[in-house]
Amino acid sequence: MSSARINAPKIDDYALIGDCRSAALVSRYGSIDWLCWPRFDSPSIFAAILDRHNGGYWSIAPVGDFRVQRAYIRDSNVLETEFICPDGRATLTDLMPVAGEEFKRRNMQPDHEILRHIACGQGELLLEIDFRPRARYGARPVKVRDLGVCGLRLDVGRGAYWLRSTIPLSVEEDCARARVVLKRGEELQFSLSYAEESPSVLPLLGEPARAAIRRSVAWWQEWAGKSNYQGPYRDAVTRSALVLKLMAYSPSGAIIAAPTTSLPERIGDSLNWDYRYCWLRDASLTIRALLGLGYVHEAESFLTWLLHATRLTQPELRILYTLFGEIAPHERELEHLAGYRDSPPVRVGNGARAQLQLDVYGEVIEASAHYARRMGRFDRGTQNVLIGLGKYVARNWDLPDEGIWEPRSGRQNNTYSRLLCWTALQRLLDLDENGVLQGVPRQVFARERDLIRQQIEQRAWNEELGSYASVLDGDELDATLLRIPWYGFDSARSERMKRTYHRVEEHLGTGNGLLYRYVRQPQEGAFGICCFWAVEYLALGGGTLEQAHRRFARLLKYGNDLGLFAEEVDPETGEALGNFPQAFTHIGLISAALTLEEQEHGSMPAAAPAEASTTTKELKL
Amino acid sequence: MNWGSWLLWGFAGTIILTTISAVAQGLGLTRMNLPYMLGTIFTPDRDRARLYGFGVHVVFGWIFSLIYVLLFQALGAGGWWRGLVFGLIHASFVLVMVVSLLPGLHPRMASEQHGPTAQNMLEPPGFLALHYGVQTPLAIVVSHAVFGTILGAFYQLK
Repeated sequence: MSSARINAPKIDDYALIGDCRSAALVSRYGSIDWLCWPRFDSPSIFAAILDRHNGGYWSIAPVGDFRVQRAYIRDSNVLETEFICPDGRATLTDLMPVAGEEFKRRNMQPDHEILRHIACGQGELLLEIDFRPRARYGARPVKVRDLGVCGLRLDVGRGAYWLRSTIPLSVEEDCARARVVLKRGEELQFSLSYAEESPSVLPLLGEPARAAIRRSVAWWQEWAGKSNYQGPYRDAVTRSALVLKLMAYSPSGAIIAAPTTSLPERIGDSLNWDYRYCWLRDASLTIRALLGLGYVHEAESFLTWLLHATRLTQPELRILYTLFGEIAPHERELEHLAGYRDSPPVRVGNGARAQLQLDVYGEVIEASAHYARRMGRFDRGTQNVLIGLGKYVARNWDLPDEGIWEPRSGRQNNTYSRLLCWTALQRLLDLDENGVLQGVPRQVFARERDLIRQQIEQRAWNEELGSYASVLDGDELDATLLRIPWYGFDSARSERMKRTYHRVEEHLGTGNGLLYRYVRQPQEGAFGICCFWAVEYLALGGGTLEQAHRRFARLLKYGNDLGLFAEEVDPETGEALGNFPQAFTHIGLISAALTLEEQEHGSMPAAAPAEASTTTKELKL
Repeated sequence: MNWGSWLLWGFAGTIILTTISAVAQGLGLTRMNLPYMLGTIFTPDRDRARLYGFGVHVVFGWIFSLIYVLLFQALGAGGWWRGLVFGLIHASFVLVMVVSLLPGLHPRMASEQHGPTAQNMLEPPGFLALHYGVQTPLAIVVSHAVFGTILGAFYQLK
């Protein structure tokens, strides 16, 4: 393994570990290069992925040449990296320990912990441990203090980190290191923990650490075992569910878009954004994915967060929120970081916070409709929230907005936003008709819904182009047009949709199963979820099930060796681009697999009838 | 001790405190809803929780107002400004102590350490209840200050 590669891992060289409150990225070379504690959106303590020299990292790896094989322990978020050296092999196990609430009530646990365990299984090898924390996104070094048997302590702000290990580490001013020969049967353990609110709990190493690994594996496997999915893509779907679970913030129920910031959508360019917030655009697919797999508690928590954590801005919805429903912080650039593979700037906060995105109303209401179909009722407060959102849509659907892709170039009359406004009103009328909602202003909602339909049918369809267009009266395409049948606005088998699909393939297809989200010069990577939308379109009747399966199977190959997907894929090299891993892409994967399964067994998803019209009931509860 | 005056103004102060909190919610200043939070101790049903919580909140209001009244009696004088000072102390106590203890006391409230088990729980309030909105401390201070001022101004010592 060359040192150049070790020092500049590709995005898909990373694996994700986490505990549903925070997450870390571990490179295939044994280095933790991204960690933010105590929350996903906290400043980092390791950020080498964004700047090898200044970001901070924690590496455990052999000295000299080695090869790597890695995998998650089956159906878990516990990572095993096997280092294969000329004279021996060792397996590094990385995890954030997890346990059930009952166990945590009976046993003191650190608030946050990363456990690293390395065992030599064959021969011997020389290992180097290099621990270099850097506080506040690498802005300043951290003094490491050796407190003897308690371990090494780092004080950062009002928090304290403790590093404990089964071997002594040599402490320098701002780092700790060791070189050790590990022989067959020998093992080392390291625990990094963090506390902010109360005195630290110092975890025990040895057998208690081994028990923590076993307990964590068992917890994840039990969770993964609850999935309902029985289709042919079990491994990919289970991995996606596990990734999605890692991005769910348990204390509030929010789900972040990705655990990273500023991994570029185009290497060397400035399309670098902070995704450690919660986007409402993912709502309906997320709820569908969670409910479809049988994770009702996760779906309930997320829907509760959607409807109640966002109350400070209701009836208006922002496009993204923090984990506790605050408006995301202002965007700023961290000039001291070089950026991933020298792709500055590194941004924290998100400038899209003030954008208008009308499709989010449809997403939230569609998510609620998915939930209501399974659970049946809403309390009065929730009903009022939904009706309030509907009234906002009825008043404002005709406004131009930034739209789902959040361009920073101004507002347009986006077809997809209109489609989701139509969906919002249609679903509320359905919920009213089925007795789930009371007090819906039927006449107003029905009138506005029909006006939206009329506008889409007349102004979004471009006869010359032979396709729906991405903006009203426009002549450009984007991949959201493939979603029209999914929401029940038009049939996937309709002539208009078939022509639209062919145009989208023609203009946005890369020729190898991938799709760009829109045409842009210079072009960024192919957009992960859009590729899965194409599968769903085919499965819903736009093509044959065989075509859909073939396309889906082909797409699965663009995940990394662990089955993780970024936001985008470089169509030429197949490399991951953008923040990683990306919930949106994994949600798309699960949704496509569920749709394939539903179509295979002859049942149509309730939200996507084969034939739809203004008077069709798209959703039967 | 003037029992009738205590019952009357303790109730009035609590109702006004609750109203100010509801207005703060309606204006989008905070998501903190004390009756709802108290009610969910007894039931997960949102509609019932608000009702039960309102009753519990009134009882708590009376209990807290009794402490105010006893202090007025002990000092031998009430007055709006003494009530205001007690209200501010009360608000500080709620923000610093009660809010931090809630996740440990409330059976349906998550803590900052909750997870990965998913359960539909109330989110934790965080330091100074800031998770419920950055203006939550302000809403709590104002509502409790008004509560104390009413008691101080209108409670008749015996």
